[in-house]
Amino acid sequence: MKLQVINVSKIYGDRAAVDDVSFTLEGDGFVGVIGRSGAGKSTLLRMLNRLTDASRGEIRYEGTDILSLRGAERRAWQNRCAMVFQQFNLVPRMDVASNVLHGLLGQRSTLTTLFNLWSEADITRALEILDRLGIAEQAAKRAEALSGGQQQRVAIARALMQDPRIILADEPIASLDPMNAQIVMETLKRIQTEDGRMVIANLHTLDTARRYCDRVIGMRDGRVVFDGTPEQLTAGVARDIYGADATFSEAATSTSIDALNPDTDYAVAMLGD
Amino acid sequence: MSLAIHPATSEYLSLIRRKRLYGGILVALFAVLLASGFRVADDRNAGGFFEGFHRILDFPTEIFSEAATNWRNLPGLFVQFIPSLIETLNIAAVSTLFGALLASLLAFLSTRGLALWPRMIPVFRTSMDIMRAVPEIVIALVLIFLLGGGPVPAMIAIAFHTTGALGKLFSEAAENADIKPVEGLTSVGGNWMQRVWLGVFPQVAPNWSSYALLRFEINIRASAILGFVGSGGIGYDLKTALQWGQGKYDQVVAIFTLLLITISIVDHFSDRARARLVKGGNSA
Repeated sequence: MKLQVINVSKIYGDRAAVDDVSFTLEGDGFVGVIGRSGAGKSTLLRMLNRLTDASRGEIRYEGTDILSLRGAERRAWQNRCAMVFQQFNLVPRMDVASNVLHGLLGQRSTLTTLFNLWSEADITRALEILDRLGIAEQAAKRAEALSGGQQQRVAIARALMQDPRIILADEPIASLDPMNAQIVMETLKRIQTEDGRMVIANLHTLDTARRYCDRVIGMRDGRVVFDGTPEQLTAGVARDIYGADATFSEAATSTSIDALNPDTDYAVAMLGD
Repeated sequence: MSLAIHPATSEYLSLIRRKRLYGGILVALFAVLLASGFRVADDRNAGGFFEGFHRILDFPTEIFSEAATNWRNLPGLFVQFIPSLIETLNIAAVSTLFGALLASLLAFLSTRGLALWPRMIPVFRTSMDIMRAVPEIVIALVLIFLLGGGPVPAMIAIAFHTTGALGKLFSEAAENADIKPVEGLTSVGGNWMQRVWLGVFPQVAPNWSSYALLRFEINIRASAILGFVGSGGIGYDLKTALQWGQGKYDQVVAIFTLLLITISIVDHFSDRARARLVKGGNSA
């Protein structure tokens, strides 16, 4: 499997959210995209899934430019390239198993899916996936009745139902508490290693990127400023990615980098030392 | 991956089978009721649905063919009917305004979580139900009897009905509003008026105005109809034109064209107003 991103840009008005980004991913692996809010990480992932159209450039998968796909071909690509969202993006009033079965929308006829008429084989597979992620008991519950961590696992189950080569995860743990965040990251890592899929995840925190990723891409102001292994991600490099000064402390990023930058001076002033 | 079938799987499968069975029964029942209901309705008809169906276009054809022969009159008729159109629009606008104002007060008083006197909610709700239940034309007829014909009875009648209709929609929109800003305003010691006006109103304003504008369109039609019972406006002209038939169908076409144009214009401007409200809503 080969995914090439070639000079891709996304322009909003006069501002480039993603600015001339190029990289190549081969084989399977866990790729982390890091950078502060507004660095263009989400836009990049949304362009990979074709949720957002790119302004310029090419994204080649096995030689085909997926940015030029239209209609049914585009939907076929979206079915092969699953997406997991920060806010889970499930249908809250439908039951968990139905939400997982939505992963097959691109492969079944419109009429049967509209009436929720799935074959027993499909339902059994959905339940198997839920069982694998440890939430089979929740199958008949409404998605909105589940905790955030469970909902995110349902979203991952929906992605697995698509049986995709690539799973895109847009800030999959940013809305979760530390324990659930760990469960979700372990799940993503497991489906990546056990099934040999590629996972591309936007991550907010450095320690998560170091712990789970095989490769890390650092973005700043829409550009790729780092592309390497987690070992190469030193404090100096991190400072560069986040645009922080010497007061940048690694420990603080494990919760949130956003609060750090504008607040350090203020905190020093308030504490008076 | 576990190969043994999880107990949850068979449980879920039987649940789905049961759901589908019930769904199938309901659909079959619905189809039977629909078919038999149609027969009953058709039997009670003076004529018959299938016998009369092919004649459905006869009346419109007559109107249009007559208007087509007299097409030269149309521009003059447009000008002739504009004053009564304005009267109809005025009745609709004033009654929508008063109805919406009263409806917002009743909506806040009858919304769970926001009501000033929670125990009184059923009273306000029932009063709105009554306002909705009484048709405009009944109120208008009573008021015309008491006050004499003219636009005022029509305005009161429409405003009364509008209050009930908008009050319910407004209250439902307010129920879905986020309660957090209200808690914030309560925490600083704001009173009921301040909490509702500053905390809830900015949230519901786009929705409310879109309901009110839709109601304005409905009220234009309602005020045209009330002209039939003697409240003036374009409805009165329409009644005259339709009633004496022979030779006045060009007027009917002119009136309907004017109404159509008016409603299109109102729709166009209310669309833009709504879009602007939703965009600028967060700064309100």
